[in-house]
Amino acid sequence: MARRKPPEINASSMADIAFLLLIFFLVTTTIVEDKGVLVRLPPWSDEPPENLKMNTRNVYSVLVNAENQLLVRGEPASLETLKENTKIFISNPQRLENMAEDPKKAIVSLRNDRGTNYETYLTVYNELKAAYNELRDEMANRRHGKDFEFLTRDQQRVIASELPLVISEAEPTNFGEEQ
Amino acid sequence: MGMFSSKKGKEMPAISTASLPDIIFMLLFFFMVVTVLRDAELKVSVNTPSASELTKLEKKSLVNYIYVGRPMKKWQATYGTSPQIQLGDKFASVEEIPLFLENHKITVPEVQRPGITTSLKVDGTVTMGIVTDVKTALRKANQLKVNYSAKPKSD
Repeated sequence: MARRKPPEINASSMADIAFLLLIFFLVTTTIVEDKGVLVRLPPWSDEPPENLKMNTRNVYSVLVNAENQLLVRGEPASLETLKENTKIFISNPQRLENMAEDPKKAIVSLRNDRGTNYETYLTVYNELKAAYNELRDEMANRRHGKDFEFLTRDQQRVIASELPLVISEAEPTNFGEEQ
Repeated sequence: MGMFSSKKGKEMPAISTASLPDIIFMLLFFFMVVTVLRDAELKVSVNTPSASELTKLEKKSLVNYIYVGRPMKKWQATYGTSPQIQLGDKFASVEEIPLFLENHKITVPEVQRPGITTSLKVDGTVTMGIVTDVKTALRKANQLKVNYSAKPKSD
């Protein structure tokens, strides 16, 4: 009895099936681009916060009104200079009397209106965070010769404790909310 | 000349396509890994602002999404044009946020719960009023890790 060779399975349609799957996944998925500004909200408490007496020289108050205009420490300011001014305030290189005694004591206070544009709010928040991140990078470069994100955990912790990111947000005012 | 014509008359060997499926499968797996399933159909238009200090959201299963924006054209007849909140795939009010967070929380193993992040996808033109209400609801529900979704700034 002559043994027949088993017939070969035709695999040419396999590519079509795989293509079909590929196209299905291309259509139903989105490429991950989930990035954002990470913040930590303060816990909620029903009692009004204690009125802490802060030395005014340590407080960098930023107000944004419903017209998306900035008031920084009582004076009108612009978004372009916000980051640089914040950096100068926190580090206080010239040891001025009216700026932060020490970066550890500095507090950035942000207050907006219910009518402020979200885009403006996020830009302001981003600039403030960028000021801190740049200061941390500068310190990391001075001490270890590389950027903050490339340091070890312990090194990062030391620098973060010397330049703590404190952005306190007050309850927004309500003058210009859209109806 | 004769040495080249020796093959004349012979059939051209067929190109083997047996490895084609493997190549396509490789592509398929690549796309499956770098993409996420589109989980909710957007009913509000969300065009997030751009920012430079971005953090990447690491674990998808630990993230819940809250969308805030103006309803899209086809929903404007029912919901108007003022900013609305979308939870999952439907419009919602601020009061429904705690339940939404709780429903997500029970799908996460207990040890990972402190890492849960809320991604706020908010349209840039929305005013802070509704965003503040959402933030207050999150704080009351003790969901404090928040990520303001933003596009990378190109400068």
